[in-house]
Amino acid sequence: MIKKSLKAFYVGLVLLLLYAPVLLLAVYSFNSVDLIGTWGEFSFSHYVKLFTEPVILEMIGNTLVLAFAAAALSTVLGTAGALGIYYSKKRVKRALNGVSQIPVINAEIVTALALAITFVAVGLEKSYFTLLIGHMVICTPFVVLSVMPKLKQMDNSLYEAALDLGASPATALFKIVLPQIVPGIVSGFMLAVTLSLDDYIVTSYTKPATFNTISTYVYNATTKGNAHTAETLSSFWALTTIIFVVILAFVLVANLAGSRKKEGTK
Amino acid sequence: MTRPRFSRKALGIPYAVFLLFFVIVPMLVIVFYAFTDKQNHLSGMNFIKFFSDPTKLSTIAYSLVIALITTAVCLVVAYPVALILARSKMKKKNVILMLFVTPMWINFVLRVNAIRELLNWIGILGEANYFNTILGMVYDFLPFMILPLYTTLLKIDESLYEASADLGGNAFTTFSRVTVPLSMPGIMSGVTMVFLPSMTNYVVSDMLGNSKVTIIGKFIETYFGSDWHMGSMIALILLVVVFLSTMLSGGFKEDENVRGTNL
Repeated sequence: MIKKSLKAFYVGLVLLLLYAPVLLLAVYSFNSVDLIGTWGEFSFSHYVKLFTEPVILEMIGNTLVLAFAAAALSTVLGTAGALGIYYSKKRVKRALNGVSQIPVINAEIVTALALAITFVAVGLEKSYFTLLIGHMVICTPFVVLSVMPKLKQMDNSLYEAALDLGASPATALFKIVLPQIVPGIVSGFMLAVTLSLDDYIVTSYTKPATFNTISTYVYNATTKGNAHTAETLSSFWALTTIIFVVILAFVLVANLAGSRKKEGTK
Repeated sequence: MTRPRFSRKALGIPYAVFLLFFVIVPMLVIVFYAFTDKQNHLSGMNFIKFFSDPTKLSTIAYSLVIALITTAVCLVVAYPVALILARSKMKKKNVILMLFVTPMWINFVLRVNAIRELLNWIGILGEANYFNTILGMVYDFLPFMILPLYTTLLKIDESLYEASADLGGNAFTTFSRVTVPLSMPGIMSGVTMVFLPSMTNYVVSDMLGNSKVTIIGKFIETYFGSDWHMGSMIALILLVVVFLSTMLSGGFKEDENVRGTNL
């Protein structure tokens, strides 16, 4: 019994420490003062600031638009890529799979540096296009990795049956193959969104100078913080809290829904 | 006999072209810059300069030590967590595991900023730069360690523990002779997944180390401004190290894709 509660205590302690920084910000995001540790009174002022400051709204918008654009493009490219790889001959398959691994295991700074130098070498100025390419380089291989297992689980005879019944190969692909790999496509897309939302290093190397995402904005504000007021910094607390609550809700709902589904199938 | 077929293989062409232009070519460009000098003449000088400059080597050494400590702390903290969860008979242990991974979904820079605010509140921001950097890395990379450990520990057959006990092994012997050896694949991939970002992700060291801690990733970044050739050489060396260590640890595994677990 003691052993059991000791174990629970340890796991709980690590979790508590892991969440401490975010919880601290969550509490002080409702503080009227821009200072952690000094409590003024309960206030939504940091949230008001977050939703009224045009620069901050712009970087949040930029981050979301970029993430969904990069994820959508990566999903299309990666899904088609996975299909192509799956149906290719062994040697082509091995080569493409191998190259796909490079951005996955490479240090981000190496990917970023290589892309940035290449863009300069071919005379491509940094623009939204280069930024999008940068994000696609990190996202697309993960889409391929998500879709591939679903292709391997697929029943190939269904495709042949569709052809025998007179479907054109394109129809068979869209009506038979694609529906079977939808879960892989969806999780690939979600993965791509989170990778893009999270990225700092590749973004900073491929973005145009005046463009900012949450990552680059917050990084610059905290490390080169001369132009930033305490007010701006404290609006990040509100932003962190909102993101945290949304994610926690999403994860819990997804898990509860998932476990209910499993119970239902028993 | 053969009707004209819509080629399914052709679907891979755009992806292959994309990989060629934006993955292979950039890697070749890095190799080119690494082995040329400022006049674009073929040269091995960058390589020699790198290995003969004590300041460069000491930066690398510092970075390696930081990464080693981070990895060791992560392993020591994560192993019990993973073991307790893997052997727990609790129904909802998946939810608890999820809670360990959930912080990964908050924007990375915002997460580091939260730690920064915490350290500032405690009063050690700017005071203990190396300590803060390591602490921040442990915070950020801990899930990378917990997950592969949990996956391999979960696969260990319960009866092996019983067999060890029946054969007279005490808790410690069972742990050191059964649990640890069988979880070695998880340890290896956890170690690689923490060690590599600890050497290269300079966001943590910049934001928490008061920009006074230089890890290999930052080192490459500083050369991006001044000397592409040297920067590329360091990047290339890092690339080789990363690939060798990944190959040694058995490559990237799909089921240990930390970010995918919540989906």
